[in-house]
Amino acid sequence: MRFTIQFVVDVLSLGGAYALMALGLVIVFGILRLVNFAYGELIMVAGYTMFLVSGSGLPWLVMAAVAVVMAIFAGIATDYVAFRPVRAKSVTAVLITSFAFSTLLQNAALLFISPRPRVVPLPEIFSETVQIGGVITPLRNIITIITAVVLLALFAFLMRRTVLGIAMRAAATNFTMARMLGVPANLIISSAFAISGLLAGIVGLLWIGRIGTVVPGIGLEPLLVAFIATVIGGMRSLTGAVLGGFVLAFIDTGLNYSLPQELLKFRDAFTFSLVIMILLVRPEGLMRGPASGQRT
Amino acid sequence: MLEVAGLEVRYGAIRAVREVSLRVEAGELVALLGANGAGKSSTLMCIAGALRASAGSIRLAGEDVTSTSPEGMVRRGVATVPEARNVFPDLTVAENLRLGAYIRRHDRSAVAEQRDKMLALFPRLAERSSQPAGTLSGGEQQMLVIARAMMSQPSILLLDEPSLGLAPTIVDQIFEMIQALRSSGLTILLVEQNAAKALAVADRAYVMRLGRIARKGSAGEIRAATDLHSLYLGG
Repeated sequence: MRFTIQFVVDVLSLGGAYALMALGLVIVFGILRLVNFAYGELIMVAGYTMFLVSGSGLPWLVMAAVAVVMAIFAGIATDYVAFRPVRAKSVTAVLITSFAFSTLLQNAALLFISPRPRVVPLPEIFSETVQIGGVITPLRNIITIITAVVLLALFAFLMRRTVLGIAMRAAATNFTMARMLGVPANLIISSAFAISGLLAGIVGLLWIGRIGTVVPGIGLEPLLVAFIATVIGGMRSLTGAVLGGFVLAFIDTGLNYSLPQELLKFRDAFTFSLVIMILLVRPEGLMRGPASGQRT
Repeated sequence: MLEVAGLEVRYGAIRAVREVSLRVEAGELVALLGANGAGKSSTLMCIAGALRASAGSIRLAGEDVTSTSPEGMVRRGVATVPEARNVFPDLTVAENLRLGAYIRRHDRSAVAEQRDKMLALFPRLAERSSQPAGTLSGGEQQMLVIARAMMSQPSILLLDEPSLGLAPTIVDQIFEMIQALRSSGLTILLVEQNAAKALAVADRAYVMRLGRIARKGSAGEIRAATDLHSLYLGG
């Protein structure tokens, strides 16, 4: 029983973080059919913003809000710098510009801050533990689960109930048709990048909260996780991205518990083998995306 | 109202539309006829802003609107129903209609009123309001895209092949609805392969062949023209 509670809490907290990461990536991919390779750097931006404002003496929540806003700005900047100028011209160009923007941001952090880890302020609450059914677990895990539930609910509300959300879902199916109904392309794309930045910023704070420091390459693992989760979930489905995040967290946590000590360092190899097996059975991913789709 | 002059549309080296000039007066229903590949849809999509004109001009109520974005054309009162019955299959019928009123979204009462009007004109859509649009039949989807386009309360409607791939009785229904829209004072530019059907409702018509306007005149004149068949069959 205690084992079950421990396992469930671990899967849900890791899965919540993974799901938010995947959602941030897939919201842009769904509309543009382009992977934003600078996505991980949004998390880096949130981390370094925390580091830079750490001396200001502001309450932690205010600093966190500043960090998330910076991540949103970085997301919108990605659109303006890497996507908008070349979007209509060439897919390959966007692939390269988004890589370039990613490298640019990482090198800026290397050059102007430091290649070494920098300490990020964390609130007391992140290091506290809580007892659930006899199991002691970090309060951080519970915060992650609650944050994920709140954000996913908010996101579902936005996509189902607001005109902007409906327009974004429509644009993910057929962008040209959405534009022919008067939906402005640039607004939709910028909104997608802003939402991507919001999710990356918040999940970034939780992610960095696990280790307490930020390095220039911090975004690589979240990008990889988000990418794998969306591939498992089915690339173009928002629900699929969330599901994929939880499935990946289930695999990771399951392996953490079951692999013998000497094999643990090869955990990723086992994870990817399982991902390959899932894709052999379901090459399109677990969930199918919208029926039709054209790029613009 | 709508005036197209010397329009040219290219796909790479291929000129799909050449020197096309046509005009549609307010309240008129003008048909654009021709065989497959004659350039009708390209002309229409270019007017809608979805394709770029490589030469020529498009004027709307005197204003030059050449190379305006699709969303810009909707804001200027031009609604487009493209050929492929592009419903958003994962969105419900109600969501599809709500999106059609995107440019008027702040005027909730007017949107609600327009929606009721459209649901009265297309009662089938009212019954299926909460169903995903992808589950509708072909005819119902065609009704939905027309109703959705009308949600923006356009002054001119561009209709591309509304009868394509539909059963004859459904085609009759669709044309009755086009007739109803037209008698409400809407200006319509109708692209059709089904010349007989289109000429029965149109005031005037243009016939396209190999990217050019091959013939123009009143619906009666075009119908009476003996070489209509040869225009279609490329003789």
